[in-house]
Order: sequence, then C-alpha cells, then structure tokens
Amino acid sequence: MRLRLRPMAAAAAAAAVASPIIPSFLHPSRRFCLRLSLSMPRSTQRCFSSRSCVPCRRLTTVAASAKGDIEGVEERFDVIVVGGGHAGCEAALASARLGARTLLLTLNIDRIAWQPCNPAVGGPAKSQLVHEVDALGGEIGKIADRCYLQKRVLNLSKGPAVRALRAQTDKREYAMEMKKVVESTPNLFVREAMVTEILVGNNDKVEGVHSFFGVDFYAPSVVLTTGTFMSGKIWVGRASMAAGRAGESASQGLTENLQYLGFETDRLKTGTPARVDRRTVDFSGLEPQHGDEQVSWFSFDPDFHIEREQMCCYLTRTTKDTHKLIKDNLHETPTYGGWVEAKGPRYCPSIEDKIVRFQDKESHQIFLEPEGRNVPELYVQGFSTGLPERLQLALLRTLPGLENCLMLRPAYAVEYDYLPAHQCSRSLMTKKIEGLFFSGQINGTTGYEEAAAQGLVAGVNAARHSCGSPLIVLERESSYIGTLIDDLVTKDLREPYRMLTSRSEHRLLLRSDNADSRLTPLGREVGLIDDRRWDLYQSKQAHILEEKQRLKSVRVSGGDLAAEVTLLSGQPVKDSVSLESILKKPHVQYNVLDKHGYGNNLLTRMEKECVEIDIKYEGFILRQQSQLQQIVNQQHRPLPDDLDYYSMTTLSLEAREKLSKVRPQTIGQASRVGGVSPADITALLICLETNRRKASERKRLKSQRSFITDVNDLNSSPVLTSHAVNSN
Amino acid sequence: MAVDVASRVFRPAKRNGEVPWRPRSHFVEYGLALDLEGNVIDEVLAVPMLAPRSYTREDVVELQCHGSDVCLRRVLRACLEAGARLAEPGEFTLRAFLNGRLDLSQAENIGRLISAKSVAAADSALAGMQGGFSALVKGLRKQCIELLAEIEARLDFEDELPALDSSILIDKINLMWYDVQQALDTANYDKLLQSGLQIAIVGRPNVGKSSLLNAWSKSDRAIVTEIAGTTRDVVEAHVTVQGIPVTLLDTAGIRETDDLVEKIGVQRSEAAAMGADVIIMTISASDGWTEDDKKLMEHLQMNQMSTSFATPIILVINKIDCAPSITEELFEVDTGIFKKHVCTCAVTGQGIVELEKAILEVRGLDSIPAGGRRWTVNQRQCEQLLRTREALSRLKSSICEELPSDFWTIDLREAVLALGEISGVDISEEVLSSIFSKFCIGK
Repeated sequence: MRLRLRPMAAAAAAAAVASPIIPSFLHPSRRFCLRLSLSMPRSTQRCFSSRSCVPCRRLTTVAASAKGDIEGVEERFDVIVVGGGHAGCEAALASARLGARTLLLTLNIDRIAWQPCNPAVGGPAKSQLVHEVDALGGEIGKIADRCYLQKRVLNLSKGPAVRALRAQTDKREYAMEMKKVVESTPNLFVREAMVTEILVGNNDKVEGVHSFFGVDFYAPSVVLTTGTFMSGKIWVGRASMAAGRAGESASQGLTENLQYLGFETDRLKTGTPARVDRRTVDFSGLEPQHGDEQVSWFSFDPDFHIEREQMCCYLTRTTKDTHKLIKDNLHETPTYGGWVEAKGPRYCPSIEDKIVRFQDKESHQIFLEPEGRNVPELYVQGFSTGLPERLQLALLRTLPGLENCLMLRPAYAVEYDYLPAHQCSRSLMTKKIEGLFFSGQINGTTGYEEAAAQGLVAGVNAARHSCGSPLIVLERESSYIGTLIDDLVTKDLREPYRMLTSRSEHRLLLRSDNADSRLTPLGREVGLIDDRRWDLYQSKQAHILEEKQRLKSVRVSGGDLAAEVTLLSGQPVKDSVSLESILKKPHVQYNVLDKHGYGNNLLTRMEKECVEIDIKYEGFILRQQSQLQQIVNQQHRPLPDDLDYYSMTTLSLEAREKLSKVRPQTIGQASRVGGVSPADITALLICLETNRRKASERKRLKSQRSFITDVNDLNSSPVLTSHAVNSN
Repeated sequence: MAVDVASRVFRPAKRNGEVPWRPRSHFVEYGLALDLEGNVIDEVLAVPMLAPRSYTREDVVELQCHGSDVCLRRVLRACLEAGARLAEPGEFTLRAFLNGRLDLSQAENIGRLISAKSVAAADSALAGMQGGFSALVKGLRKQCIELLAEIEARLDFEDELPALDSSILIDKINLMWYDVQQALDTANYDKLLQSGLQIAIVGRPNVGKSSLLNAWSKSDRAIVTEIAGTTRDVVEAHVTVQGIPVTLLDTAGIRETDDLVEKIGVQRSEAAAMGADVIIMTISASDGWTEDDKKLMEHLQMNQMSTSFATPIILVINKIDCAPSITEELFEVDTGIFKKHVCTCAVTGQGIVELEKAILEVRGLDSIPAGGRRWTVNQRQCEQLLRTREALSRLKSSICEELPSDFWTIDLREAVLALGEISGVDISEEVLSSIFSKFCIGK
C-alpha cells in the first residue's frame, strides 16, 4: 500500500475544509493505477529523450473500476512545477522544452511572471545571471528585451566584468508576454491550484502533489517555487494579514507538510515601496535619467533585438524632513518597533534602515521609475518602508517633486517561509526526497534574476530526473548561476540572498559578453539550444576567432591611426605594429580602428566587444585563469557521501556538526560552510589523504595475497558538470 | 583522554584526594605511579595542562619520574597498559597545528628548532615560533583582504560609499611591499644559516693571505713563510660571523708559473674563487696596487663574465703596519670592481672586525640585528613572498595606469592567496605535501 505522509497539524487544517484524508485503499482506481505504474519497467515509464523532445507518455485516463463508480481522471506528468513566478516559469519552460510533460500549478493564472516589486530586470551581477540564463536557452532575457521601457549599461568605467545592463520593464506587458510563451509552449500545461502536500512514496521518492481542493497530481519530479507565498503575511505598520503579495492569498499548509517530511524551515522578510500617481508628480525640478542611446541586449538571440521608444526615469533625494519624520516614528516600524523578527535583506534596506545605519549621510538617492507605458504608477525605488500607511503619504511628500503626490499603493513588507538551501544539493534536488526540487525565494534568495537562474537549473534537472538522466551541476567558477547555487547550498544564509558582483571570485572570466561561450555549449548538450541558436552561436565564435587572427596579422606604420593612438594612450606607436598591439594600449578601443578604416564591418557590436576585451585584458584574463586553476585543482576534490565527520576527532566540534548537516560534495564547498575554519579543512584533507593511503595500502596487501582485484570506486555519483570555460 | 590514562597510573599523595583524580590545570601535584596491579613503580610529579591551555590545545598530563631508564620504562609501560599509545613523530606539533594553536609556518619552525645546528639557527627558529613572521603574514593578508573588500564594495554599492583615494591606496601598498621585501631579505640569511658562507681569499703570492686566514680563525691552520708560493693547495678554516658558519679558503697565490705543483695550485685557487660566495682580494699595503694585481683582477673578472654571475669582491689591503700612511692613489683603483675595501694587519689582527662587517654588508645581511635573534623565512615561504611582491608591484602599476578598479582586485586576490599559503590558511597541494612530509601520519 502506498504510504501517505501527512503531518497532524496540516491534516487537521486541511480536514476542516476539504477532507482529503480518505485512506488510499478506499480509492480502488488509484490503487489499480498505482500497481500499473509500479509494474511498468523504468525504461518505458520514463523514456522521453532530451534531444528528440517527443513526449511519450500521454495523459493517463483511468476508466471507472469494475464497481462502476466514477472516480475521475488521473493526472500524470513528468514534472510538476508549483508556482508561476520567475523561477516557476523558467523551470516549467525548460522542463517542457526538454520534452517532459510538465504541469505548472499556480495560485492565480493572471499573475504569472508578475513583478511585484521593482519593474526592472538586470543591474550589477543580476544582469550576468540574465545573460547566462539566456545563454542556456532561458526566457527572462528575451522577455526583458521585448518589454523594456528604458535600458542603461551601468558601471561602464569599472571594468568589463562589472559592466551591467539594466532594463526598466513594463510590468503588465512583461507578465503578458511571459504568459503567452508559457501558454504556447508544447508539453506545458497550466492549472490553478494551491498545493498543500507533497506526495511521497516508498524510498523517499516524490510521487506528486496534493491540492487544497483535494486533487492529486502525479509526477516523478516536483519543483517547488513558492516565492513569498508559503505562509506569507504582509505588514503595513502594525497591521498584518495573511497574503503572499498585496491582494493575493497566501499558500497555507505546505510548510507544515514539509516540516513533517523532515525539512527545516525558517522565515524571511522583504518589502516593496509605495507606488505614486505620476500625474501628481512635478518633474520640472527633478534630474531626468534617460536610457542609453545605443541600446544593449540581454539575449544573445538577435531576433529579440527590437528597439522601442524609451521612457525616462527621474532622480530625487531624501530631505531633512524625510529623515526627521522617520526618526520621530521609528517605533512605528516593524523592525525597530520589534514585532517582526524575520530578517530582511541588508542589500535592499528599507529607508529607515538606511537612515539608522548611515547616520552621517544627509541624503539618499531615490529613483522614480515608470511601471508601464499605459499606467500612471511610479515605483519609488530606494524608499521601501515599514511605517504605517497613515504616515506613508506624509513621508512621500517630503521628497522634492512629490510635494503634492497621490499614493496609489502603500509600501508593505512581506514575511514568508523558506527552506535553508543546505537541504538541496547543487542540482537543486533536495537531499531528503528524491525528485523534489526547490528554487527561487523558497531557497532564501531575492530578485527575479536569481529566481530565474535557479528555475532554469531546477527545471532542467527535474526533467532529467524524470527520465533517469544524470543531473547537471554548474560549478561555482563556471558562472554566476553556479556561484549563486554554491553559496545557497553551502552557506548558512539567514537573510535574503542577492547576487552581487563581489560574490564571484573569478568574475573577469564570467563576463556578460562571454556568457554564451561559457554556457551555450552546455545548453546545447542538455537540449535547450535549438539548431538555429546553435548556428548563430557558432558563427559568432568563428567571427571572433577570425577577427583576432586578423588583428594579429595586420600591421600598420604611421598614419592617422598611429597619431590618434599616440594621442589617446600617451604612448609612442612603433612602425609596423600589429592592430592587436594597438588595441592593447590604454584608452584605445575598437571604434578607433573602425574610425580609421581598420575595423571589420562584418562584425556586430557585440562581437567587436568580445574581441576587444579578450585582447585588451589578455594578461589579466590569463592570470585569473591560472589562479582559478590552482584553486580548482584543490577544491574540486570530491568528498565521499558517506564520510563520518563525527569520527574525525581533529575537526572542531562545530565543523563536525556543520559538515554533517550540509554534507558538502567537494572540498571547496566544505571550506565555504560557515563555522568551518581553514584548520578544519586542513584536518579534513589530512583525514582524506590518510584514508586514501590506508586504502591503497590495503589494496596493495590484498592484491599481494590473492589475484582478486577489487575495483571499488568511491566517487561514482554520475554528475555531469560544466567546467570553468573561457576560450580566448 | 590524557586525564583518563593519567588517573589510572597516578595516585596523588594527598590522602583525601578525590577518586577519580581530578587534576587542576597548571598545578603540580606530587604522588605515586602505579602499575595496573596497583604496585608502586615510582614517585612522580604530575603536571596537568588542560585544554585549551596546552601545547596541543587538548588535555595534556606530564609525569615527571626519577632520572633512571628503568623508572621511565616502567611508568611508560604502565601508561601504555592504561590505554595510552606512543606519539608518532611530530604528532604533538601536528595536533597543535590542526587545533589552530600554531599555523603552518610556526609548526615548520618547531621542526627547524629541533634540527638547528647552531645557536643562531635555533634563535631564528624560536623567533619564528613566537609568531613574529606569522603575525606579519597574517597582518599583510588582513590588509589585502580589507583593501579587497573596500574595492569590491564599490563595485556593488558605489552610491553609498565615498570614492577611494588612490594615493592613499598606493601608500598602503608601498608599505606592504616594503614589509614583504624585508621578510624576503631574511630568506637569504636563513639559507646562509643552513648552508653557511664560502669565502675565498685570493691574491698575488706573498701578500699575506695565509696570515690573514690564521689571524681570522685564530689558528695556525696555514703554513706561513717568507717564501712566495708557500701555499700550494686550498686550505680551509672555519669561523662564525654573526651566527653564520663561514668557511675560509686560503688559496695559492695566483701568478704565471712553470712549477707544475704551483700551477695546479693556481688552477685550484681560481676554482675556489669561482665557487665562493664572497671573494677577498688581498693586496699588500707596502707594494700598493701593482701591475700583477691588475692582471689578476682582470683574469678573475673574465672568469666571472663567462659564468655571468658576479660574486661580490672585497679588497683587503693587508700589511697595513708596513705602510702606516697609505697614499691616496692606493684607493684610486677602480672602485666599481670592489664592493668594499678594508685595511688589515694579519699580524695584529687589526681590521678583522671591519672585514666581517664588510662581508655582511655585501651579502645584504647587515640589517640582521646582532645575535641574529630574528625570524627568517624558508624556501617555501620565500616563494610565496615573491609571489606576493610581484602581485603588489603589478597592483601598483594597474592603479597608476588607471585601469578600472575591478582589475585591481585580481592582483590583490593573488597576494591574498600567496600569503594564505604561507600560514596554511589556503591549502594547496604543496602545503599538504609539506605537512605529510614533516609529520608522520596514519601509517
């Protein structure tokens, strides 16, 4: 008989409404069906191929049983994605595109891919995530390219690795466009449902989910992307209500079920600022912020590079009055009043946090950003607050330009349950329950881009798991996605995690411009990059390679070019110097070659940029590669799954506990686990080396005694990894 | 564990002592050592050092026995029977290292202390153990990490932070560079502490080379006569200069000769000069700078040129007693050749101290305080310090060339990695193999 695990608390809550706790033996048809699926050989049960994209299993309709009672329809899928936000959409799309029959369950179909906070995509570090998701065949970059209101490249002067594209997006259009894609993707089915329970079979394998209204959906892979909805509660001042977002009901019951299954849960908080009516704002005294004249793109696919008219953002600042009002009313905010304990993000602080923490700063920048072309809403960026609504309008009106503004939506904070992600491995599959994946805010992150990145990985792996393929892991140094996931699963994070440039140690290798050369081959291998994209990619790489060779071989002597280069760089130009050496000189960019007729008109702007960066910073790139190599050799050393940390007496007690809890897969991961000191890592390495020596000694003795050879490799977990790549 | 074993072997003399024995840390207790049957085998002092206040940061109990092999063996056997085991070579230090009581460079110094062959070597190992060098490396690494954090914070949150002042940054980097350079200078000294210096005394016949050697080593090692060409073979004598073992090589006077034996001697002299760390070119004050001296120098320089390695040469003007008033022209010899010149009198021993000082100076050892009581760096540490220095140099030029600040982080990170390897914070394959070669683990 199938085992149904149900926590008592949740059972009681659920029973009060729907009563789905009928023992399964009362469902003859379900039993019948189950037996059927158990007797099916694994190969036929899960036989879609990741390349051919042909779903082989049809919706299973189970006829009435012999008794004649109508039991309904059994709904079976390869992958179920719970949640239709930025993680859920990427997960469902990736899974469906790999040919897995995928069900997307959401609380509200009209809110798919909603941007509840900032109407923007990208920015420092986040833009790298978007480029990477795109390079792997994901959707977020394309939708942002299609729905932008304004685009700007930030951090231009800080180096090519830090450059970041940011797009203001039309939030309604964004949701619509993503919904269209989701709805038109073959193999992808959308359904409204509130999932309250994970169905777990024997051997701790996931079997499906159970909804609030009593329906079971079956699949060997389930991805949870619950966002801020799991036991969500929103706060405005002291007033609170259960909600995942303003105006949307929270998801109840799932937390208890996950706890019952043995997962650790905790609570986080985040917030969103007020929206004001742009018609009531006086922009005349505000500094306008226009988009770039030359628009850049997230997607590597030129089909999505369609320019549109841009809108303007405006800059205003906090004033003395703002600071006074906040200081006078600190006790009215949840954090300083002390009635919300969940931790908010340090990197996206509320205005009261900023004023308390940076006492000496007289003013903070506030951006006014349009939320769409056809709506009057303005997003007041940098101004989220926990103050009660009655003070919020007064607070907004302390800002220059907003003296007479009207508020459309108040700022609010949201508290929600998340699952510390050390419970996942780097594939984002949970360690406890096979086939169950977590991604997005449920793992403690914040941001659409972080969510999308995890969603893609979880979706790919859910699909691969459902057909028995090995799961993919992106190594930390391969990408920002890898860095993000590595941080999540190893560090004990207790505040919302935002991607930052500085979190990536080898960012010069992980640039936006080379995201495709780092990841598109993997996307192709996995099956997310179609022939057209692959051809585009290959011809781009060929162009870059040819151009580099051309620049090496073409030499110039004197002339206008040399004169200008001397002027720009302050360095003399020798005779018969190669274009490559000219490009290496400080302050000389590719467009100087163009200007003097030495450029290559066949190249696109993006291709020229790749060539320029690779040549100009070759020395740094090589140095970082060698640093990386040094680290990788050591850090990729795998740790056996069955290591008994408690028996390693040379480890500190804290390290023994933390390592037993996190169970890192490599030495590098172990070194990043909080509470594990370098001395612990040394001790661990010594233990491993000692074990290895002992084992090889035993082996030697054994083979001396008999002819039986024992081939027993400890590290057999089949994991396909992408290595740090950078082909210059 | 240590306390368990000790309480099975040790019975405090205090009658009303608690059972089982509860040691008080760092408190010497008198009592009896018993074997498992309860027989008294010695009177001992027990010195409990409880965690974390011990060498290994674990519980340690020392038992002090009577100074007899029999007593020691019996108490040792009793301990083994009570559940103890013999430590592997270096195990205590390894545990101290693993428990974070020592970092890798300190642990390495303990090895050096135990194997030190001279007082100066032992002193330098001791200074290293006490953490002077470790503190320097830790401090440098911390500074680099702080700079890194400063720069990286501005990559993500430029609006919220004041701009970096690159001239202050350069000053900081210069200071760090200087510290690294100073530490590197000691590497030289460390090598000399281990291997010593070879000093070849060369010169025309009969300028008093052998007398100089005898005076310096306070011996009659070399035969001294009035006859030019007395010394035919290379004669060795040993002295210590500021803790550094020095081998003096007295050589045959170099001149054109038809005497077969002397000819071989001259060849050997040249060979000795080529292999030495310092050459002392001796001339006679009474003869001044002669044509032969000049020829000899040219010959030496030719030899050096062929090996493209310039051994420092010191000019010694011997027999200063025979020419009390040295004429200026004596010093007008090409000063470019000689790093230093010293006037000596081998008969009275005058000028020997100055000569020693000159030797230290030409080898760059004059910054070592007298007595040599200062830490030094070994080969492994030296390599990483070099790596640090290069990284800091590149960092400076990146800042000066106004490269984007993200590039600064690459070399800073390089410096952090290199410094981390020294103390064993960042483990590389080399660090690990160094640990395995120094300590006996799990055989």
